[in-house]
Amino acid sequence: MTQLALVIDLNVCVGCHACVTSCKEWNTSGSAGPLCDENPYGADPTGTFFNRVQTFEVGQYPNTETVHFPKSCLHCEDPPCVPVCPTGASYKRKEDGIVLVDYDKCIGCKYCSWACPYGAREIDEKQQVMKKCTLCVDRIYDTTLPESDRKPACVMACPTSARLFGDVHDPESVVSKAIRESAGYDLMPEWGTHPANHYLPRRKTNLKIHEDELERVDNPLKVDGKLPKPSKSDPTLDDVTSW
Amino acid sequence: MHPALSVIFLTTLIGVGQGLFLALFTQQSYALFDLLPHQDARFYAWGSLLALVFTMAGLIASFFHLGRPERAWRSATQWRTSWLSREVIVLPAFMGILFLYGAAHLSGYDPVLLILPSGLSINATIMLGGMGTILAFALFVSTGMIYACLRFLQEWHSPLTVINFILLGSASGFTLATLYAAVFSPSQTGFFGGWALIITLMGLLGRSASLWRNARIRPKSTPQTAIGIKHPRIVQTAQGAMGGSFNTREFFHGKSASFLTVIKVIFLLLAFAVPLLSLTVNLTYPSVLLLAIAFVAQYAGLLAERWYFFAEARHPQNLYYQGVS
Repeated sequence: MTQLALVIDLNVCVGCHACVTSCKEWNTSGSAGPLCDENPYGADPTGTFFNRVQTFEVGQYPNTETVHFPKSCLHCEDPPCVPVCPTGASYKRKEDGIVLVDYDKCIGCKYCSWACPYGAREIDEKQQVMKKCTLCVDRIYDTTLPESDRKPACVMACPTSARLFGDVHDPESVVSKAIRESAGYDLMPEWGTHPANHYLPRRKTNLKIHEDELERVDNPLKVDGKLPKPSKSDPTLDDVTSW
Repeated sequence: MHPALSVIFLTTLIGVGQGLFLALFTQQSYALFDLLPHQDARFYAWGSLLALVFTMAGLIASFFHLGRPERAWRSATQWRTSWLSREVIVLPAFMGILFLYGAAHLSGYDPVLLILPSGLSINATIMLGGMGTILAFALFVSTGMIYACLRFLQEWHSPLTVINFILLGSASGFTLATLYAAVFSPSQTGFFGGWALIITLMGLLGRSASLWRNARIRPKSTPQTAIGIKHPRIVQTAQGAMGGSFNTREFFHGKSASFLTVIKVIFLLLAFAVPLLSLTVNLTYPSVLLLAIAFVAQYAGLLAERWYFFAEARHPQNLYYQGVS
């Protein structure tokens, strides 16, 4: 079983929105039709996006940290949005675990968006069908592209390589190793949706120095220099050998 | 959640239709056992036509909820997993039986289908009424489960949701039946009025229980679980869009807490207090006007109740849309 997914490293994401624009560019130009925008140059612009970067401030001033948080469909292993769909337009592919919407079957009832705790689905206000991240399914299998380009548009665009793409069911894949070795976690684990996408936490490099490492234990008088040689009869550090 | 008018009208209108049918068939069942006088066939026929009009209006309202109504037929396919799909199947089935029930009464085509060992003869209308009763309850359960099955909408994820759909729909239907009887068969007003009183009272209990429960819910999802960072203070500074999005429109009611309180008081008064008072007074001082007030107030109250039902549900996705700085 394959489960394709993204792993997003919050430690490296700089919040540049390159993944958002790249996603929008690729997915609005595909054979599935545009991701419609309304009023794009007006006072109150709005539109359909598969991927958004949000920003959170963690902590209390002055100890605050800015966390940029890219958010898209998590391609849950147990997706709550799929069984509620009355038409079967929402489905999870058996072969690679991607959750997709068949735009030709969707009736735009929005029930799937109610059933997604992450708010990953957005209705296209012009086409009136539900849309969501496809993991660039029209790109990752395209054999006319060089193999190195068969990745989702967001992954291709990320300037800091904060986005990894691969099969989370293959223990040797880049994403599985990243999750395993860098403490990858899933969002809202309380609902049992088992998101395939994982996030890597913020990591800080700390040097932990204990107090006894700052001060030599065998120098209680804090005298610098060589220690006096013990007499030959004195016991030494290991009580066995002598100087 | 953002209350959608189409769904508010759908659920309240079909509720009245189902309740009215249940009221008519309850009377006919009493009559079957000679507990009440059997009414003229036209009483049941026009009553079920009225119920049909309400369910039809609900069905029409539901189409306004769809982005692509021309594909609505597809929504009957996933009945194995989707409660919405089940509702889509049960609603027309109920309407069909409702039509046949009314037609059988009106045409007088009511042959005895079987005679029970006790000597009780089961006519076609009794059979159709029984099937209609099962479908009416199946429809209540389907409608309620559409909301109750969403486990992370904690306000809805409770048996009370289904129970209240049954009780509130039946209450409005029985109140309408009381008004209908007061006009066309005054001798039955007491029967329908009594049941309308009891069911409205039970509805008040059920709705109060869910209000009590929902006021005490501790949300399972927090900003901490939403983005996976363990810190008591997490403040959103950007949502990824400044002009709003589907996520900011669909999942927020956009009203103040005091507005919600006002709606709650209004629905408690209109859906319960006014009809209970009118129905009680009607028992001693029968008045068609009083019953008309009872039904109109109760229906308006249920519209407010349904609005509140949606508004009070807090979707966990809102944690990702807390604010922009």
